[in-house]
Amino acid sequence: MILKPRTLFSILALLTAIAPGASFAQTYPAVTLLNVSYDPTRELYRDVNLAFQKKWLSEKGQTIEIRQSHGGSGKQARSVIDGLEADVVTLALAHDIDMIAEKSGLIFRNWQKRLPRNSSPYTSTIVFVVRNGNPKGIHDWADLARPGISVITPNPKTSGGARWNYLAAWGATLKAGKTESDAKALLASIFKNAPVLDTGARGSTMTFVERKMGDVLIAWENEALMAKELPGGSGLEIVVPPRSILAEPAVALVDAVVEKRKTRAQAEAYLNFLYSKEGQELAARHHFRPGDPEVMARYAAKFPKTGLFTIDQVFGGWAAATKKHFADGGIFDEISRK
Amino acid sequence: MTRSQGTPKSGFPAAARGASKAARPRVLPGFEAALGLTLAITGVLVLLPLSSLLVFAGRTGVPKLFATLHDERVLASLRLTLSTSLLAAVLASVSGLLVSWVLTRYEFPGRRLLDALVDLPFALPTSVAGIALTTLYAPSGLLGKRLAGLGVEVAYTPLGIVAALVFIGFPFAVRTIQPVLADLEPEVEESARSLGATPLQTFFRVLLPEILPALLTGFAMAFARGLGEYGSVVFIAGNVPMKTEIAPLLIMTKLEQYDYAGAAALATVLLLLSFALLFLINRLQGWAERLGRRGA
Amino acid sequence: MNATREPLQRVQATGGKSRETSDSTGMRRSRAASAAAVRGGLILAAILVMGWLLILPLAVVIGEALKLGVRAYLDAIRSPETVAAMKLTALVVAVTLPVNVLFGLAAGWAIGKFRFPGRSVLVTLLDLPFAVSPVVAGMLFVFLYGRTGLFGPWLFDHNLKVIFAVPGVVLATLFVTLPFVAREVIPLMESAGNEEEEAARVLGAGFWPIFFRVTLPNVKWALLYGSLLAAARAVGEFGAVSVVSGHIRGETNTLPLHIEILYNEYQFQPAFAVASLLSLFAVISLALHVLLEKKRLTGTAKRGLA
Repeated sequence: MILKPRTLFSILALLTAIAPGASFAQTYPAVTLLNVSYDPTRELYRDVNLAFQKKWLSEKGQTIEIRQSHGGSGKQARSVIDGLEADVVTLALAHDIDMIAEKSGLIFRNWQKRLPRNSSPYTSTIVFVVRNGNPKGIHDWADLARPGISVITPNPKTSGGARWNYLAAWGATLKAGKTESDAKALLASIFKNAPVLDTGARGSTMTFVERKMGDVLIAWENEALMAKELPGGSGLEIVVPPRSILAEPAVALVDAVVEKRKTRAQAEAYLNFLYSKEGQELAARHHFRPGDPEVMARYAAKFPKTGLFTIDQVFGGWAAATKKHFADGGIFDEISRK
Repeated sequence: MTRSQGTPKSGFPAAARGASKAARPRVLPGFEAALGLTLAITGVLVLLPLSSLLVFAGRTGVPKLFATLHDERVLASLRLTLSTSLLAAVLASVSGLLVSWVLTRYEFPGRRLLDALVDLPFALPTSVAGIALTTLYAPSGLLGKRLAGLGVEVAYTPLGIVAALVFIGFPFAVRTIQPVLADLEPEVEESARSLGATPLQTFFRVLLPEILPALLTGFAMAFARGLGEYGSVVFIAGNVPMKTEIAPLLIMTKLEQYDYAGAAALATVLLLLSFALLFLINRLQGWAERLGRRGA
Repeated sequence: MNATREPLQRVQATGGKSRETSDSTGMRRSRAASAAAVRGGLILAAILVMGWLLILPLAVVIGEALKLGVRAYLDAIRSPETVAAMKLTALVVAVTLPVNVLFGLAAGWAIGKFRFPGRSVLVTLLDLPFAVSPVVAGMLFVFLYGRTGLFGPWLFDHNLKVIFAVPGVVLATLFVTLPFVAREVIPLMESAGNEEEEAARVLGAGFWPIFFRVTLPNVKWALLYGSLLAAARAVGEFGAVSVVSGHIRGETNTLPLHIEILYNEYQFQPAFAVASLLSLFAVISLALHVLLEKKRLTGTAKRGLA
């Protein structure tokens, strides 16, 4: 019954031999692009990539393969800085692309001026998701701060979506004519009401929908619309607050990578495709607000009008907002210590 | 002749027992080559990456390093990580002792299956473990629902962290205690019992001294493992600053903020803690070795 | 006659005997009854502990995986992206395992058979990857091979991809799995002693014959068991790989990362289906280990008789 050493080794040798032989040689089509994106765009880019591939093939006769990488926006930006060779980045906030430009120099600093509408082909806003019939009567930001309300939001330190949530609450308070200290008090109460801070927006949706935690979820509008389509999401309702932030996910070409891989033409066409009627239509279908007025008009029923302000208007851009609110020792740290 | 009896599953105690035998002049060939290969692989795969940590942490300078660590939130997370890992290690050792005892001393249907399942947490991706445990303990989950009825909340509280860490640490405890128990002659317990000792006396006076080194080793391994655990914990922890935010999550947070130096500083602290624990394990081995010699 | 039985059963037999000789009948009976009660209680407690700790989470995974029926399950594990992830995971195992075996044997020979200064430091170092947080482990490789890392600039200048490519995934897995084989082999090499090898040496045998004929047969079970654990861990590693992989679908996505992706796409059932596949792999490798151990026991017992 004893295995001979020789038998033993042939087993090990076999194990070693089988796997590499199993066709790992990948055959690349003519061109590949790598799109490094954030979490809630998975479904959108699956459709966009198919449509673009078809268009490029019929127009230029070239097969193009688009590879996707998704994750938290900040983590993805960091991966690009550390060497993930993305041809294009499509992230949750302009700040993350600014960071790539600043820390690695892979992207020219004027990137945001190179494409229309601040390089945001589609936008979104921050809304509330509540349980069937809105039993807690949640209509505005102040309602989230009421005692006894359980609020689900991700962690602003690790999630781009959470930063939009935070800034929406802050900005809406200021826009309502209140002071900064009111805004600080409001956010302190909201975070006091949060039993869980997931690391990403998707985690929060899961906590609210699947785990049935909390009375209200603060989420991207596109995530909220999607959550309603989930198996556990049928009874959920979306409440659009009277004032909220215009969330502008941003896209950019990674200059150094497209130069090196000689993919600039394809990458540029890919990003421009997002602005085309077809791209805008796909964005709207995947619950993002299209920037094209014509397409937007067709989906007006899906995206209710509300008082939207931009980050530049209220906070003077991402750099200032990050430094003041989210950096170590910033206002978020201050209120989470209480 | 005792060689065939011990299940050579876990190293430390067995290593300690046999240690004296290996002390011989070098008659055997191949020492230089084997040591060279070992050092080369260890160097490239373990030492090199670890030294990069020190380089990055060192770039900050010592004063900033201390400033990073002196932050209230960092301290809270370290406290949480230490206390939950400690509690989890205690629970893992106690349940590990029970399970190893039953697996080595009794024969019953399904014993082998249980024995095989012990290693499951080694092999299951930590994220899967995290998702499964959260599904189980969330207020809507199978256990969570019942516990909520009793007023106990597990998911999204420090208790949830403990639950995940017990899962992770359990096999370490079992696999260190089991071989020692298997090697221990039941005659000793039997004679103690026949001399009139109660089961409790037998346990504390006869058994415990013998297995204590292994028990402590298992405890320290589970503890060290718990300090660094991330994948399974983030799902169930809640991650609220000052309350349920573990230190490895803060490392991730610092990375997200492009604060590589801060992340490296915190990682160094965790690493030093683990290293101290491993060193403690090594001392325990020495202790076990002495015990073994005295016994022989 | 009971040489092929396990030590465990032998133990019970002798235990019973010694009790018989020393006790009076009445005491014996009551003690036997209480011993049986203790035994039953302890077994029950152990089963409960394991059921609660291990079997329940496993049941959740399997239950969620089969929630939508067998067909949905099969669809999930046959999707191209899952298959690509499987292939990558197989490749990672195929590379890490031989390195682990080579390392384990070398370390076993050097540390198990010889004494030298710094030996205990080396032993501690070998265990270090166990205690390093997987997240930190991943980070270390970013510090080394990332664009801003120590070797990054040179690597990127020469267009060598380590991080966010398959080599990075392999390196991170190697770091995490390295102690497994060594930890199984070293103690066995040590406790076996050097007598047999020295005898072979005196008879004029060289290194390789000694190693293959004498040493390897003694440690082969530990070697196999360590390899199984290392393989299981390599298949399941999440934290470290997550940091260095880049999450490129169909390219640097291992099975555990793929599960996370599915979960994040709200594809719960497929996520659990793939997870159940990994659990299945774990259980099979663990069952294999139990089987091997049974063989080992019968094998050594026979050898003992001869």
